[in-house]
Amino acid sequence: MAKDKSIITVVGKDQVGIIARVTGYLYENNVNVEDITQSIVAGFFNMMMIVDTSLSKKEFLSLSKELEDLGRNIGVMIKLQREDIFESMQRI
Amino acid sequence: MININEVIETNKMIEKENLDVRTITLGISLLDCVSSSMDELCSNIYRKITGVAENLVSVGQEIEREYAIPIVNKRISVTPIALVGASAAKGIDDYVRIAKTLDEAAEKVGVNFLGGFSALPAKGMTRSEELLIRSIPKSLSQTEHICASVNLGSTKTGINMDAVALMGEIIKETASLTCDRDSIGCAKLVVFCNAPDDNPFMAGAFHGVTETDNVINVGVSGPGVINYALQSVKGKDFGILADTIKKTAFKVTRLGQLVAQEASRRLGVPYGIVDLSLAPTPAVGDSIAEILESMGLEKVGAPGTTAALALLNDQVKKGGIMASSYVGGLSGAFIPVSEDHGMIEGVECGSLTLEKLEAMTCVCSVGLDMIALPGKTSASTISGIIADEMAIGMINQKTTAVRVIPVIGKDVGDSAEFGGLLGYAPIMKVNGFSCEDFIKRGGRIPAPVHSFKN
Repeated sequence: MAKDKSIITVVGKDQVGIIARVTGYLYENNVNVEDITQSIVAGFFNMMMIVDTSLSKKEFLSLSKELEDLGRNIGVMIKLQREDIFESMQRI
Repeated sequence: MININEVIETNKMIEKENLDVRTITLGISLLDCVSSSMDELCSNIYRKITGVAENLVSVGQEIEREYAIPIVNKRISVTPIALVGASAAKGIDDYVRIAKTLDEAAEKVGVNFLGGFSALPAKGMTRSEELLIRSIPKSLSQTEHICASVNLGSTKTGINMDAVALMGEIIKETASLTCDRDSIGCAKLVVFCNAPDDNPFMAGAFHGVTETDNVINVGVSGPGVINYALQSVKGKDFGILADTIKKTAFKVTRLGQLVAQEASRRLGVPYGIVDLSLAPTPAVGDSIAEILESMGLEKVGAPGTTAALALLNDQVKKGGIMASSYVGGLSGAFIPVSEDHGMIEGVECGSLTLEKLEAMTCVCSVGLDMIALPGKTSASTISGIIADEMAIGMINQKTTAVRVIPVIGKDVGDSAEFGGLLGYAPIMKVNGFSCEDFIKRGGRIPAPVHSFKN
């Protein structure tokens, strides 16, 4: 698995344009989206994206901080995490 | 490929169930700092620690951010100072000076605790070890970040009862010198039987002589995660209970393994072990007692508590051993009183007594931990409590420890406040009959026979 693969999770109350704003930010920063899954449970929006940050000019930590800030603006919680944490915990 | 439910489960463990990495502990050998001059020794120690650990805290924070997992503590353990100081230190004040040097180094690199102000007189006590031990009350009362530990016995050597008697007095004296802060000095002092060389947890961490120059050891946590998992198997049989704990412990340990490897890679320091211990905090939902109660006990301390803890401890090890090839340290379930709100409640409602805690230590990972005693408890009674606990470790070939705090000026019915991760503790009742004549005999309890196990 490529080292630069990361997971973005977006959790919050559903509203128009969440995906558009997140993918818009990723486009501006040259982050490639490889997979998107989303579900809405009882009005709550849950989205997971697998992204590749290796071509972005920005450092991982600034991407992560800016995504968090973007989440606060929209009123949802956005997290960027390296994928290995999920691989380690969920796979033998 | 990872799916959304797996991602949600992992993040829920972190956000709602208090999953964290309790500590990244950098072990540093100070053997190459040895000198016969105090000035040179202290400057060597300061230079070595501040050099090797320069990036420890920033690397820890980087990993926290990238994985969005809290790493609660970044700490340092060093070679037992009684070995390092033997050539230069000629008196108690020399050891106090070394403690202050260590404290300055810890402050400089930004760690909250540094362990290894230690002596290992399991069989006999050297002059240097005795000086270090006698310096502990002053050293702990004049420093912020230093933790002290003393190994008083082992399955191979028996128990050094001279050192046990001395430690009773040292604990009392440490309590007196820090009496303005509920005798908090004693919270940074632990005595062991069969102390491990690679323990990342305080107060007992030291970098043993079996270790390489520098090493990264990681302690995971996660009582909240286990407790949450048990909510879904209420009323099910023991096979299912055991299986649920094992699977959850596997996941928790894998996280520790990942963080250990990342820290090791980024710091350029070899990875040693993951310590599987379930370490509680005073926060609600982060308690070992809650797990035992979820298994079906009305309150921790009720009959069945020892069996429940034995099952928990064993399953945590089984799950953890599958998850990491290099497991070490203390590895099991900690049962500190002040650091676990369920334990505190157990004491307050009268369900949990000192004697029951002693029984629980036969099957838990360490021992009598963070227990507040009446300030009037005599040194020989404390030595008696220590001797009992050392005997359990010696006979059962396991690590046992005692970290008790005789809170000066307080008695049963009062409580002691230590603050932060150390929590608060109701003062526990101690058996008032004397063991003074037993303790003052002096000498050594012989090593036990390794056959005829009954």
